[in-house]
Amino acid sequence: MYKIIQKKALNPTVTLMEVDAPLVARKAEPGQFIILRASEDGERIPLTIAGYDREKGTVTIIFQIVGGATETLNALNEGDFIHDFVGPLGKATETEGLKKVAVVGGGVGCAIAYPVAKKLHDIGVEVHSIVGFRNEDLIILEDEFKAVSDKYVLMTDDGSAGEKGLVTNALEKLIESGEEYDEVITIGPLIMMKFVVGVTKKYNVKTVVSMNPIMVDGTGMCGGCRLTVGGQTKFACVDGPDFDGFEVDFDEAMARSATYKPFEQKAREEACNLLKMEVK
Amino acid sequence: MPNMSLEKNKMPSQEPDVRNKNFDEVALGYTAEMAIDEANRCLHCKHRPCVSGCPVQVDIPEFIEEVKNGRFEEAYQIISRSSSLPAVCGRVCPQESQCEQKCVRGIKGEPVAIGRLERFVADYHNANFKDAPVKPASNGHKVAIIGSGPSGLACAGDLAKKGYDVTIYEALHLAGGVLAYGIPEFRLPKSIVQKEIDGLKALGVKVETNVVIGKTISIDELKDEFGYETVFIGSGAGLPKFMNIPGENLNGVYSANEFLTRINLMKAYLGDSKTPIMRPKSAVIVGGGNVAMDAARCAKRLGADVTIVYRRTKEELPARAEEVEHAEEEGIKFAFLNNPVEVIGENGWVKSVKCQQMELSEPDESGRRRPVAVEGAFNEIECDCMIMSIGTSPNPLIKSTTEGLDTQKWGGIIADEETGLTSREGVYAGGDAVTGAATVILAMGAGKAAAKAMDEYMQNRAK
Repeated sequence: MYKIIQKKALNPTVTLMEVDAPLVARKAEPGQFIILRASEDGERIPLTIAGYDREKGTVTIIFQIVGGATETLNALNEGDFIHDFVGPLGKATETEGLKKVAVVGGGVGCAIAYPVAKKLHDIGVEVHSIVGFRNEDLIILEDEFKAVSDKYVLMTDDGSAGEKGLVTNALEKLIESGEEYDEVITIGPLIMMKFVVGVTKKYNVKTVVSMNPIMVDGTGMCGGCRLTVGGQTKFACVDGPDFDGFEVDFDEAMARSATYKPFEQKAREEACNLLKMEVK
Repeated sequence: MPNMSLEKNKMPSQEPDVRNKNFDEVALGYTAEMAIDEANRCLHCKHRPCVSGCPVQVDIPEFIEEVKNGRFEEAYQIISRSSSLPAVCGRVCPQESQCEQKCVRGIKGEPVAIGRLERFVADYHNANFKDAPVKPASNGHKVAIIGSGPSGLACAGDLAKKGYDVTIYEALHLAGGVLAYGIPEFRLPKSIVQKEIDGLKALGVKVETNVVIGKTISIDELKDEFGYETVFIGSGAGLPKFMNIPGENLNGVYSANEFLTRINLMKAYLGDSKTPIMRPKSAVIVGGGNVAMDAARCAKRLGADVTIVYRRTKEELPARAEEVEHAEEEGIKFAFLNNPVEVIGENGWVKSVKCQQMELSEPDESGRRRPVAVEGAFNEIECDCMIMSIGTSPNPLIKSTTEGLDTQKWGGIIADEETGLTSREGVYAGGDAVTGAATVILAMGAGKAAAKAMDEYMQNRAK
């Protein structure tokens, strides 16, 4: 059992939790993830590590309330316990040898992009953060990003904050204006990462994507999270979740992520009615 | 006077057409009368060939003698001297190629039903004796076991009985390994697995779930920082193989591991489960082993029309004859001499499987008839779900995070056959992690052998 030390709503649908998990905190690195089960009869869901405190022995997760499992998790409060919490899983994001990087985050993906940006900043890399949200109300981690970024560009779909438009518009503008990145690291919805890769391919800028397929065990024993990368089948939980964006078959990944849509829809409808209005 | 009937006492079972719609246990077990009657078929041979057929050498004629006299708890005590999981092994051991294969009664007629008697005795004990076993006094040595499958449980049990401070580390949220996630409820009720694990806990064994050795903690840290004197690796062979044919990543295509984990570990077959599983209309299972039979019978119970596709013929099926028979009775079809070459999809979902027709060639040096393609002959089987059950191999995680641990090319850990000692001092290994996918009882035997060697090593060091 893993105690919730802190719980904070970052926006109406995104929650931060700091969880007592000393063994995970000891080893966690940006880019890695955990698998949790909120309750004894719960589903196993993967969530990326958004932060950790090795001395306190805590791990921070940030999640968007999108369905039954995340609603159950969000119903827990400070002092409550998460039934199972295992990690750190997957490979850490590679940062060696980088000098200038654009970190492109979308929505709740920014929670995963932030620790990567912070680590890059801490080891002396020039970081340009481009973050995108649907509207002003959904913005998360703005101050945190600003503190670790040499350049911070905020985009909203409706223009209610920052600039109006998509992260891809901002990225293309920066590249066009002469910014030369060693690498672009992008984390967000599949469709966003696909379009980011569309832009960077044009300019031949190496791009790392953080994939988020359906997972069960997260240790390489089932292959539920498999992807086609460079024509080869890879398991995102052990070979990733980071991959070369130019090589990933995004259309296949998007089709696979819809496998349980009807089931998820049903689970969501059955789950807490209070939250339903906010989950779009 | 012994019972000279040529046939075993039949196992009471659920009717095929009833059981293929539920996940309750198929075999219902002997009554006391049936068990005593069956025990009377044993001739008590002096040379005890049955014992040599058992990988952990249970004193079979001795325990059967107690069953004859209705002394079931005494029979249990005899079995548990050698076996840590009798209720499990009585159910899932392939007795026809082990103890029962050597039984003298099998020369003319059927052998004594040793497995069914073992199961009866273990179930009797579990139903009637609730007292916790006496916890042995601690000898001060610490042992870490990686993996809570059959080999780890057997190793832990033997060492705990000797007073070692044993901790099992398990990556999943529930202990049992393949007994928990792989073998379905209808063959091995999970409550039985839990009882065996609770028994070990009563002996003082600690079980730490949610710890992935190689990620959360490395083997070197277990030894250097956590103070474990010896480590046993029983991490199994849980990495699924795929065929690498086009269309294999279409929706509806599962590894047997994923399909069975969702069903058994996550209980996705229950209507109110939080973990989803597809309820297929028609499923194709690829492979012919016990795992393929389990996956097929699960798919059937979810309501699917099921076909097992195998590239050889019925004679070569690696699954137990009893499992094949059960599958057939439950209405599962077989397409022999078919080898999938492509998965055909529609809107991202599997629609059919294209199979190459095969024929068997002359036996090769291993004596096995190799399947070869019949030029130009193909077969298409429609389905909305496909389950790949063509084997598993050891997970590379431990190998890649443990310096100096030698492994075979295919990933198996290299360990001494007698002792389980690996290339690292104080680190032992056994079960599928060493041999590749094999049986529950062989894994248990390896766990026991390693426990013996670990005990000797630690006692010698202490001197």
